[in-house]
Amino acid sequence: MNSSRLTKFLIPVFAVLLGVIAGSIVMLVSGYNPIAGYSALLYGSFGDSYYIGETIRQTTPYILAGLAVAFAFRTGLFNIGVEGQLIVGWLASVWVGVSLDLPKVIHLPLAILAAAAAGALWAFIPGFLKARFKVHEVIITIMMNYIALHVTNAIIRSVLSDKGFKSETVHPSASLQSEFLQSITDYSTLHYGIIISLIGAIIMWFLLEKTAKGYELRAVGFNQHASQYAGMNVPRNIILSMVISGAFAGVAGAMEGLGTFGNISVKAGFTGIGFDGIAVALIGSNNAFGIILSALLFGALKVGALEMPSSADVPTELVDIVIALIIFFVASSYLIRLLLSRFKKEGK
Amino acid sequence: MEYVIEMLNIRKVFGNFVANDNITLQLKKGEIHALLGENGAGKSTLMNVLFGLYQPDGGEIRVKGQSVKIANPNVANDLGIGMVHQHFMLVDTFTVTENIILGSEPTKGGKIDIKHAEQQVRELSERYGLAVDPTAKIADISVGMQQRVEILKTLYRGAEILIFDEPTAVLTPQEIQELIQIMKALVREGKSIILITHKLKEIMEVCDRVTVIRRGKGIDTLNVADTNPNELAALMVGREVQFKTDKKPAQPSKEVLEIKDLVVKDARGVTVVDHLNLTVRAGEIVGIAGVDGNGQTELIEAITGLLKAESGSILLNGQDIFNLSPRKITEAGVGHIPQDRHKHGLVLDFPIGENMVLQTYYKKPYSKNGVLNFKAIYDKARQLIAEFDVRTPDEYTPARALSGGNQQKAIIGREVDRNPELLIAAQPTRGLDVGAIEFIHKRLIEQRDQGKAVLLVSFELDEVMNVSDRIAVIYEGKIVAIVDPKETTEQELGLLMAGSKQKEAGVSS
Repeated sequence: MNSSRLTKFLIPVFAVLLGVIAGSIVMLVSGYNPIAGYSALLYGSFGDSYYIGETIRQTTPYILAGLAVAFAFRTGLFNIGVEGQLIVGWLASVWVGVSLDLPKVIHLPLAILAAAAAGALWAFIPGFLKARFKVHEVIITIMMNYIALHVTNAIIRSVLSDKGFKSETVHPSASLQSEFLQSITDYSTLHYGIIISLIGAIIMWFLLEKTAKGYELRAVGFNQHASQYAGMNVPRNIILSMVISGAFAGVAGAMEGLGTFGNISVKAGFTGIGFDGIAVALIGSNNAFGIILSALLFGALKVGALEMPSSADVPTELVDIVIALIIFFVASSYLIRLLLSRFKKEGK
Repeated sequence: MEYVIEMLNIRKVFGNFVANDNITLQLKKGEIHALLGENGAGKSTLMNVLFGLYQPDGGEIRVKGQSVKIANPNVANDLGIGMVHQHFMLVDTFTVTENIILGSEPTKGGKIDIKHAEQQVRELSERYGLAVDPTAKIADISVGMQQRVEILKTLYRGAEILIFDEPTAVLTPQEIQELIQIMKALVREGKSIILITHKLKEIMEVCDRVTVIRRGKGIDTLNVADTNPNELAALMVGREVQFKTDKKPAQPSKEVLEIKDLVVKDARGVTVVDHLNLTVRAGEIVGIAGVDGNGQTELIEAITGLLKAESGSILLNGQDIFNLSPRKITEAGVGHIPQDRHKHGLVLDFPIGENMVLQTYYKKPYSKNGVLNFKAIYDKARQLIAEFDVRTPDEYTPARALSGGNQQKAIIGREVDRNPELLIAAQPTRGLDVGAIEFIHKRLIEQRDQGKAVLLVSFELDEVMNVSDRIAVIYEGKIVAIVDPKETTEQELGLLMAGSKQKEAGVSS
């Protein structure tokens, strides 16, 4: 049992290593210096306090998006709609943040809860359709993403601004931004959201692993027939699972709305955070702790990539290739398992 | 004497566990040789060694006197060894012929020569009396036919030695008889067969010799003609086994389950339970005998709330439980050992310990204020594992890793421990060996003796006759007769189950 746990942990680690190696081959072939490229990447993500701040800030929504995907996945559902749930969460948090005037202890939690509620509502629809009419959640969540994108854009133009392209900035009482965190990280955009996303990870772990409800959700995820036999309400659990997943996604949006940007602007396309959440969950083996690590990896790669063109002349797109390769190697974990068992045999 | 296969002193070790401890098996040409052992005795391991899926840690394999090393199943194929797996390996959307040629497709000018292949398959099928239509789609043919396709697959690849892995587990009684004829035809044509099984009846009926293994050790090889089921069972289990379960006469008291005019339709809207009436009293076991597909499954699903019934009434101790939710029915005092333990009985990916509280996880002491109390859960699990002799490395092992018999014992432990007023056991011993069957029958009778009502559904007549105090015969969704197991015969039950004596029986009951 211990060795299988170790393997579970080693697979993503090996996948990352293989991805990095394959990435350097790509760099070599296209005439770039991989050592310079990776040192720029490393420097750009952890090189000094500013970059560390930026990396953690970028990690924050990734954790929550990863949790959202993983929560649904652990209960047998594939929530591709995290992106849309994140966008409506973002909008809801900013809306509450600009339109109300309340003391911080009420205003900030209210804005975050609004984001969670919006994301939950957005995920409720596919959950309900799945539970009631057996419509596949993947189809509905994909379509809900587009609806979310265009509906929020319309609301930003018509309600949150006067035909403008962005909302006002949220009131300080609803803001996650922190002068203290900015000052210790050389004025990066780091905000308190990281604490919320870590709490989110603890909530997910506790809910799934420690509570009776989590037991039920996992049982439904593994075997609906046995769950029905055991007296669990399968449709209700499917809906609940989507709602909780959507709430995590909505809070991920609040991190952007109340922390990083402080507002919401009209989007030409998706943020990508929700989609990256799928990869974060995959690399983190759908486990709360693993997701924190894999979100940190994604945050570091995304932030560090910005440094690559200027100091190593390597285009940022290369990081997308490396990420894609890592995902490829995680997905083909069979290959890594085979390699690991070879190593073990030779070790004997 | 010429042996086609000799496995001499085969040893196979997994970690600390010795799965095969110097087992010897010798197969003569043209014989049907049974490999008999309890679940987990090491039968499958031994055959996987022969088929090249495992490499032995010791011993020697000889094929026709030549020492060979079987590195993988392809080598086994080349040596003329074919395996008919318990779980079929067929592509549902392909035809019979397409499945058979899969992996060694005959080609003609770069195209698959399907006509030629169909012809070959047809010839093989006729030669061994398999009656398989080479152009039928797998999805459209019965389980018994699919098994014949598996047999054809091995024959098509030129197998001389066929290994059958528990072939009757998935078959109906008629299909079993047909399979036995096929096996006899195969040996007549000079093939040799190894039959992995734990069903003594089949061995007595079809096999020439039998090798018994127990806990990884070879116990004995006997001529079937010189032995009897009692001796085989004792060799297999390691102690005397009682086939007739001892029981005191039933002392039925008040009515626990009363079903009146129950009508249930299946998913296609066909009436499968048709104005059925049945009562089960406290302190008795009522066995439902019937051919599969006469409404047994739907009847039980309707009682337990898994399927909504159309009309009628179901009372449990006078309380109406008709179309309540499964949880309400469970809480009202119904225990259910489901027919399909993998589908309904267990969450296979959960630890066996967590499966022990599948219906009670939300109650004290297993959870408090919505938080699970793992100590209480695993204390209970350890208690049940010990009490019901569930053999598992520990209580944290996934249920999937347990053998079928141990999974079943775990389910029975869980259901009995909840102390239900009515215990429904659907096919409780399907696929289990005699030791486990004896254990489970004893537990059912124990429940009865404690004054509980037990409803048993089984397709095995022996089981129904042996365990029940009253037998209700179901035919086309109706109870057509109630008979006393002491006064009836297999023949009479068989006729009733076929619906032929419906009228007279209805009068006499």
